[in-house]
Amino acid sequence: MSTPAEPHRDGAAANAAMLSSTGPATWRWYLLALLLGTVVTGGLTAFSYQVMTGMVVTGINRPVMWGIYIVNFVFWVGLSHSGTMVSAILRLSQANWRRPILRGAEAMTVFSIMVGGLFPLIHLGRNWVFYYIIPYPSQYGLWPNFRSPLLWDMMAITTYIIGSSLFLYLGLLPDLAVARDRAAGWRRLALAMLALGWRGTAQQWQTFGRASTVMACLIIPVAVSVHSIVAWDFAVTLVPGWHSTIFPPYFVIGAITSGVAAVITLMIIIRKAFHLEAFLTPLHFDNLAKLLLIVTALWSYFYFAEVFTTWYGHQPIEWEVFSFSAGHYPLLLMIMLLGNSVVPLTCLLWRRVRRSIPALLIISLLVNVAMFIERFLIVVPSLSHKNVPFLWGSYRPSWVELTVMAAAFCGFALLYMLFAKFFPIMAITDVREEHEALRGETVRGRTRLSTLIDEE
Amino acid sequence: MSRQARLYQWGMVIDLDRCTGCGACVVACQAENNVALVDKQRFAEGRNMHWLRIERYWEGEFPHVRARFLPMLCQHCGDAPCEPVCPVYASYHNAEGLNGQVYNRCVGTRYCGNNCPYAVRVFNFLNPDWPEPLPDQLNPDVTVRSRGVMEKCTFCIQRIRRGKETAKNERRLVRDGEIQPACAQTCPPGAIVFGNLADPDSHVARLARSPRRFRLFEDLGTDPSVIYLKGGGHEHAG
Repeated sequence: MSTPAEPHRDGAAANAAMLSSTGPATWRWYLLALLLGTVVTGGLTAFSYQVMTGMVVTGINRPVMWGIYIVNFVFWVGLSHSGTMVSAILRLSQANWRRPILRGAEAMTVFSIMVGGLFPLIHLGRNWVFYYIIPYPSQYGLWPNFRSPLLWDMMAITTYIIGSSLFLYLGLLPDLAVARDRAAGWRRLALAMLALGWRGTAQQWQTFGRASTVMACLIIPVAVSVHSIVAWDFAVTLVPGWHSTIFPPYFVIGAITSGVAAVITLMIIIRKAFHLEAFLTPLHFDNLAKLLLIVTALWSYFYFAEVFTTWYGHQPIEWEVFSFSAGHYPLLLMIMLLGNSVVPLTCLLWRRVRRSIPALLIISLLVNVAMFIERFLIVVPSLSHKNVPFLWGSYRPSWVELTVMAAAFCGFALLYMLFAKFFPIMAITDVREEHEALRGETVRGRTRLSTLIDEE
Repeated sequence: MSRQARLYQWGMVIDLDRCTGCGACVVACQAENNVALVDKQRFAEGRNMHWLRIERYWEGEFPHVRARFLPMLCQHCGDAPCEPVCPVYASYHNAEGLNGQVYNRCVGTRYCGNNCPYAVRVFNFLNPDWPEPLPDQLNPDVTVRSRGVMEKCTFCIQRIRRGKETAKNERRLVRDGEIQPACAQTCPPGAIVFGNLADPDSHVARLARSPRRFRLFEDLGTDPSVIYLKGGGHEHAG
């Protein structure tokens, strides 16, 4: 499938190019799916082994009662902030460059929050009674404890999964109709059902526009609250190093940082895999990279504020956690500071770097590696050196935990692949909307101007 | 319920001057409460299940070295950090100041274990296993916990229940010293004293008024029910 040179001149060709991902699967697609599926099966096996044997197969031990499962939980919930950030905020601020990025980012939100939401369940000692946490009327006459941040978590995550799925689905509606009109057989039937009878009438478009704006307004506070609540899991405790008022905004900024970086990585992959170079231009990456530059600057500020106040106050217990963290994990700390602060803050200042796809791929991956480490350095060192020196310890993840974590990454990729195979991965109507506007011309005296000034 | 209105307010005094660090309390607790055994390897990993441990700290430089012993167990905090964080009310507070743990309700988030500043909550990483003939010595009054749940010192709640039932049948209140947890009963120098803090004349209440009293991490505002009496040593003897 070739991409039209000037997509905004030829609507049909643009539609076809943007739907290219839903074409018949190649052997490479099957091979990749098989590979990812194998790792996911491996992870399921490791998890079953953990359920059958007990938490002894993990590296978790007193005093470090939370390990890499919770690190993953925070990481994946953080990743899920990309979709809302790019989509909702840029929609409300009417930034036109968001259009080709929308769908990929929104899908990423849904899948990463689904993967993230599994981790608190995986990490339970008795996974088989996880439903005790759900408020439901039972013969015990007992409700869960609404004072527990884990209950807030459960509610926030559920709300966010439902909200972000609705957000994704709502944006998909007109595109589902486009795909429906070009599909045949069972796919046509399925897409027709999902498209809810979209015909593209003026009234439908009007309602759609209004609903999109309302959803964008609603989803932003949900996203902010979700990661604040994840931060409160730590901040409301008495654990030195966790008990910090800066955590909620710090976590939200961290989430947006890793989310934006992940969107960049994913867009580079999508662009390459589905030959969408005409739609995802260096301009889009330039803008995303500027966004990344800003959020990493904010992250650095929050990090500095947290460490500075702790260092200045120098309470022995709190400072012990920080010095243990630096002394025991110096390499991790260095990668974190390089990846979250030094590298993006220096490299992304340059337009040439911001427009270089290979450079952005490396930087965006580095940022996410660093963000994962950041979560590790928040969860583990605080627990290792709590108040009682007699019971200081450390933590090393076991092979079971690492297998489950690998399965999470592969499961996410698999879900994403399947989504791209069956649904339009590009926001066709949003992109076309801009194209139509670009095609439109107005007459000013003797010159004819495009109705939409190019954003370049 | 305000403290004055309570009939019973269970508390413990541990006199560090008397503690010799012998560890009899640790063994007594393990036997009384069906605390799971772990093999050597697991023990080395630190997965031992002791509800009560003797913390040993060394002071000074060789050859003037002194060992300090601190028996550490659940402090049964009046304002316990483990309680509000439990999503399922497995960790709860009862009217007599005890910090309870409902094993069958626990789902194993281990959040309470993280939030306990005293690190006295232990987690069942494995199903407990007693080689023959040890199952014969299990205490029938105490639940055997399965893997995946948190547990900790209960102040031997089974003995408290029994003592209260006996007293109730005889239409009286529990007498001072009538209820003894296993650790206090076993302690050879009598360093551990248990009783009703709501009764100002009880042994434990009188000891708790000692000028040597202190509570662990009092600055955290947890209001522990375990009161330590400061241990002396060289400097104390002058």
